[in-house]
Amino acid sequence: MKKSATRGVGWLGAIAAIVVIVAGCGSSNSNNTEGVTSSSITFGSHQPLTGPAAPGYDEIAPASEAFFKYVNAHGGVYGRKVNLVYKNDEYNPTQTVNVVHQLVLQEKVFGIFEGLGTPTHTKVVGYLNASKVPDLFVASGCPCWDNGTAQPYTFGWQTNYTIEGKILGQYIAQHFAGKKVGVLYQDDDFGQGGLAGLKDELPSSAIVSAQPYQSGTTTLAPQVTAIKSAGAEVMVDFTVPIYTAIAQLTSFTLGYSPQLAVSSVGIDPTTVASLLKTVSKGKASGTGLIEGAITTGYLPPANELNNPWISLFKKVHAEYDSSAPFDNNVVFGMANAYTLVQALQAAGKDLTREGIVKAIEEDGAKWTGPGIVPFRYSKTQHGGYAGVSVGKVVGGKIILLGHPLVTEPTSGSPITPYTLAQPAPPESGVPPAP
Amino acid sequence: MSSQETAAHPRRWNGLLGAVRGSTLARSLALLFFGGIALVVISELLSEYRNLQLAEGGYYFAVLAGLTMLIGSSGQISLGHGALMAVGAYAVALLVGDEHWPLFAALVAAVVATALVGVPLGAAASRLRGPYLAGVTLAFAVALPPLGNRFPETLGGENGLTITQPTPPSGLGSGFPPERWLAWIACAGALIVAFVLYNLMRSGVGRSLRAIRDDEVAASLCGLHVGRNLTLAFVVSAACAGLAGGLLVVVLGLAQPGAFPLKLSLALLSGVVIGGQGSLVGAVWGAALLVLLPNWTTDIAHSFSFSTNVSSNLPLAVYGVMLIVAMLAWPSGIQGGVRVLSSRLRGVLRARRDAAR
Repeated sequence: MKKSATRGVGWLGAIAAIVVIVAGCGSSNSNNTEGVTSSSITFGSHQPLTGPAAPGYDEIAPASEAFFKYVNAHGGVYGRKVNLVYKNDEYNPTQTVNVVHQLVLQEKVFGIFEGLGTPTHTKVVGYLNASKVPDLFVASGCPCWDNGTAQPYTFGWQTNYTIEGKILGQYIAQHFAGKKVGVLYQDDDFGQGGLAGLKDELPSSAIVSAQPYQSGTTTLAPQVTAIKSAGAEVMVDFTVPIYTAIAQLTSFTLGYSPQLAVSSVGIDPTTVASLLKTVSKGKASGTGLIEGAITTGYLPPANELNNPWISLFKKVHAEYDSSAPFDNNVVFGMANAYTLVQALQAAGKDLTREGIVKAIEEDGAKWTGPGIVPFRYSKTQHGGYAGVSVGKVVGGKIILLGHPLVTEPTSGSPITPYTLAQPAPPESGVPPAP
Repeated sequence: MSSQETAAHPRRWNGLLGAVRGSTLARSLALLFFGGIALVVISELLSEYRNLQLAEGGYYFAVLAGLTMLIGSSGQISLGHGALMAVGAYAVALLVGDEHWPLFAALVAAVVATALVGVPLGAAASRLRGPYLAGVTLAFAVALPPLGNRFPETLGGENGLTITQPTPPSGLGSGFPPERWLAWIACAGALIVAFVLYNLMRSGVGRSLRAIRDDEVAASLCGLHVGRNLTLAFVVSAACAGLAGGLLVVVLGLAQPGAFPLKLSLALLSGVVIGGQGSLVGAVWGAALLVLLPNWTTDIAHSFSFSTNVSSNLPLAVYGVMLIVAMLAWPSGIQGGVRVLSSRLRGVLRARRDAAR
């Protein structure tokens, strides 16, 4: 009798205590103007601040935030300050789901901006679209964001990996004709998308070895050895910076030095150099192991100091983000933030979730900014930048070669040069209202 | 949480209330019913985010209840329940995602599959004691999740498997938040686990387990088959972990190796010990701890402006410290403390009642 009453008290106490601790005040309705007040707009983002993708990528959100601070200091957007709340998902998709739930349901953000990572963001796209939350300018080039019909709230921004693979493939086919090609790729939509693009442009006999790796692995020795044994003279890497560094170190140890080609996401020389130092425990440093590598880019490289966009971003960086090195990750973050401000200006003073989606679909293709190619935005296309320029690492810096090239991700579509010159930034550096 | 009816004074109970008091089954059905109503009411009051946390608490309770029965009632330790959750999770993800089974059938299949995995593991575990048992289960926890990378075509590799999460049936109205539906599913699973274990711990099997835990030699001299009972306890707790893993897939929509790291198994152990070993209410405290602690430590880390390296690892450090403190100073956990408080309260009330006479 004593024990069951005590147990009863125990059960009631447990339930009561938990309700008291946990209860929120009633259910919230997600509505069209969540996250917008008369003085502010709040966006959320999930970023890899720790984990395998953190080196380099952890600079992106602070750079975007710095650009927003610059815009806020110059009057904001229709008098509202733009705020960015970014949370760490450790490049772990399970954490991404948790963090995005927190941002949407607890922080009640207007939308998600610059969600980083392909394996991570794919896990929250369904949720965001079902909840009608704008999912703008994903920091990943997965072709899967480009689906205006099934995923109306999701917009890509960076050039998608299939387009990048196609343009890289064409360059290799033209300049390294007849040579054997080996591919090292991350075993998710990022690497698989890039490989699909490569296969579209390279003759099928050219690719002698395609080796996937799982993100989170600590060694690439089996993959690099397989590529070496297949006799590849060109090695294409669809890798994030840490794995570019590990692959190069492994090649060096094996005495294997093919012509390297690396996706734009894995080539930032500053990041790769510091990772090489960490991974080799101080023995290798500098950019010697990626010197001469072919790569691609859709933004002016961070080392192009006479480019007016780079000077604008350097100015913002010096004032609001000076603790980070000024490299291509910072340029990425600021350029992406610039596009978001363009979208907010186009959406008008009466800012709603549906309104911003409509603004990007209707106006986005006409926007000009730091990108060297135009955007692919329409009712059905939510793709982002339409192409890339091929580049090369020379003296530890990225130099873009020739004209930017644009194409569609569909197999067999032609690759055409884009010849319009990049416009100068606006006088104040803030995108003007339309 | 043992209920040894005092054989010397059997009481006879009258009426419905008497039936509830006297029969374990009736009492557990009543608790199931009222618990269900209470959870429905709570879920209506909570915001969508809190409903997701309630759902998380539901599946944590399912695995913690099984684990607390294993540790507290049968005296075996397991550091591998995170991996058993992974088995259930991948089973549900494969059946619902690839084979398009209905959810309920997939959850049942997950329970059966994990129980089957628990049979050889439990048989091995029944021969081991103490640190050796901990070692075997630890090895299992470390080795199993990377299996997803071994068979990337079927198991999705590091990317994992996703499923479309269940949406509320149209009968509940169009404004019914999907998060609340997920909370209902998870809490239904938790209530079923609570019902089964409540009855199991008060049955002959429960008494056999406690006898074996307290004195193995005496128990086997009394005719109890030690190995079979310990394996049964392990299999039951594995089944609970399998259900919890399946519910995790429902709530998160994905199963991937990154969801079942070693720190999950360690966190489960901490939850059991800090909540109160052997007690189902202790499992409730433990589940609340596991759901709320990571957010609390992240908020603390932010208010002290710790670097992200520190704030990411803070929850695990706090679990470890709390576990050590609990084992040294407060071995009966939160539920033990609640019991002490409520019996003191009863003592005070009785003294006052006696003084008033």
